[in-house]
Amino acid sequence: MTDNGKNANVPDQSPDPSSEAPTSPDPSGEEPTLYADTVSEYLPQDPVAAASDEASQRERFRQSPGMDVGLEDMPRTASLWGDAWRQLRRRPMFIISAILIAILVVISFFPGLFATHDPRDCNLIDSLLLPSSEHWFGTDLQGCDYYSRTLYGTRVSISIGILSVFFITIIAVVGGSVSGYYGGKVDSIIGRITDIWFVIPTILGGIVILSLVRTRGIVTVSLVLIVLGWATLLRLVRSSVLAVKANDYVEAARAMGASNTRIIMRHVLPNAIAPVIIVSAIYVGVIIAAEAALSFLGVGLQLPAISWGLMISTAQQRIITAPYLLVFPGAFLSVTVFSFILMGDALRDALDPKLR
Amino acid sequence: MGRYLIRRLLQFIPVFFGATFLIFALVFIMPGDPIRALSGDKPLAPEVVQALQERYHLDEPFFVQYAIYIGNVFQGDFGTDFRGRPVSELMADRLPVTIRLALLAFGFEVVIGLTAGVVAGVRKGKFFDSLVLVSTLVVLAIPVFVLGFIAQIVFGVKLGWFPISGYREGWWSLVLPALVLGSLSLAYIARLSRTSLVENLRADYVRTAKAKGLSTPRVIGIHTLRNSLIPVVTYLAVDLGALMGGAIITETIFNLPGVGRAVFEATRAQEGTVVVGIATFLVIVYMVANLLVDVLYGVLDPRIRYD
Repeated sequence: MTDNGKNANVPDQSPDPSSEAPTSPDPSGEEPTLYADTVSEYLPQDPVAAASDEASQRERFRQSPGMDVGLEDMPRTASLWGDAWRQLRRRPMFIISAILIAILVVISFFPGLFATHDPRDCNLIDSLLLPSSEHWFGTDLQGCDYYSRTLYGTRVSISIGILSVFFITIIAVVGGSVSGYYGGKVDSIIGRITDIWFVIPTILGGIVILSLVRTRGIVTVSLVLIVLGWATLLRLVRSSVLAVKANDYVEAARAMGASNTRIIMRHVLPNAIAPVIIVSAIYVGVIIAAEAALSFLGVGLQLPAISWGLMISTAQQRIITAPYLLVFPGAFLSVTVFSFILMGDALRDALDPKLR
Repeated sequence: MGRYLIRRLLQFIPVFFGATFLIFALVFIMPGDPIRALSGDKPLAPEVVQALQERYHLDEPFFVQYAIYIGNVFQGDFGTDFRGRPVSELMADRLPVTIRLALLAFGFEVVIGLTAGVVAGVRKGKFFDSLVLVSTLVVLAIPVFVLGFIAQIVFGVKLGWFPISGYREGWWSLVLPALVLGSLSLAYIARLSRTSLVENLRADYVRTAKAKGLSTPRVIGIHTLRNSLIPVVTYLAVDLGALMGGAIITETIFNLPGVGRAVFEATRAQEGTVVVGIATFLVIVYMVANLLVDVLYGVLDPRIRYD
């Protein structure tokens, strides 16, 4: 399922004429606009605002050294994103997944706001109570409030999922665009390294590495998932970049004397990024499921960490007498994975013109 | 075709050595002294430590160790467990169960997944299509181990249709685990074949076939399906990796004496050599499967060969 985005068509856009214009060599000195809210960027802008924005964006492009330029510049260069956003707002799939993800992220940042008890304040007298008005999800063997524990488990899953996918995407975008754009020797070297990584299944590789580590926290598990997870996405970025590179506007930019870095940042990446974003969204769900599976198998997070995988692993011994111990973390885990996959699906529908 | 085959085979060699090297290196750089881990709390006599180091070639440089390891792998030696039993023997014991489980899961994937996908693709936009899309989305979202427990509680405990766990009823006790193991790929194959079929139904050659007056079953079954199945076949190689990872979880849940459960047991017992040995073996299986599918892909789609 990690291959989901491979068929996604790379949108073919006519180049924005103004973006081809050579920029004046001296910075005009005005402060680049920094957006606090990324979502607002996807809103269709009125032409006047867009034009004034343009200057500041161009300014920002010259000043920022990082990859994020390509990502943040997208809405301006593309009516595709405006179209996509207009489409997304009306799609129930997108609205449902966005609301679910927003709720989960808020819970993961402030679990204390929603929890009714301290998840580590357990009383053995309350061991294995059924769900009630006092303990909404019942209590576990140690008498901990299960509702509060389940909420605190959100934090681990969401942070591992987002942390890992963030770095996987960076590796994939940098490696994939270098590999796809420059081709030749660099491409062969990166390609062969990817081939090697590609044949090591994530769960299996995770078990091998993590079983040798004594103390495992969020960072260790994320690191292993990053190390094992980047290959598929890198291949996707590479093929997407290859497809965009063949377009005339890339040739035009080169003819105008644009540097390779500028072409990649300004012309190639903004047009090649759509399938990457789709798969990244799905990947968050995949990584969260992988973390839970590893914790379930006893090679992921360790007690006293609060993780859904660990909770399910413990609940396994009592699935007949106390099935609710399995159902609640299982349901939370499934809903979390579901919302990210749904988000990916919704994004695909909006970004892939072939399906429109 | 011959040149394509040779090129693929040549590409396989660096990947083989690279992947085994990677596993070896990842294990090698892990902190901790294996001999101290073996001895536990009591310190060993220096002579014993030296003898063990020589026996396991731990005093040799890194690359020599890798050469010894890969040499052993070529001779079918994947190391021994703590009781001195060869890992290859352990696998010979456990493999039949896993192969049966995987075959059954694979059968479910192809029969149910493909049928659902093709029917949904033909009836695009109808009720069945939406049903397949929604139900596959739900299956994709539920992690294998959660699904495994749900199946165990519902079909094993509550309804009593299938054995809850264990391997006492032969093939019959594998049915439920295989359904769980194959569910993820089943859903994915259904979606993949649907998308692929829908895309191909719009192709010119399909219109030509229809214009020639061919019957619908022939247009779909012979002309469209053959081309639509190419991405599905490629997916099967990727799927094998998922099946192996899934088998570790499924066999653990349903208590089946397969290779996957052996990995789990070795992890719990902290028998690093067994984990690494089995993992090496499984990765080699996966690589060979990838190679075979690549070759098959070349047979199915001539465009790949002349690339």
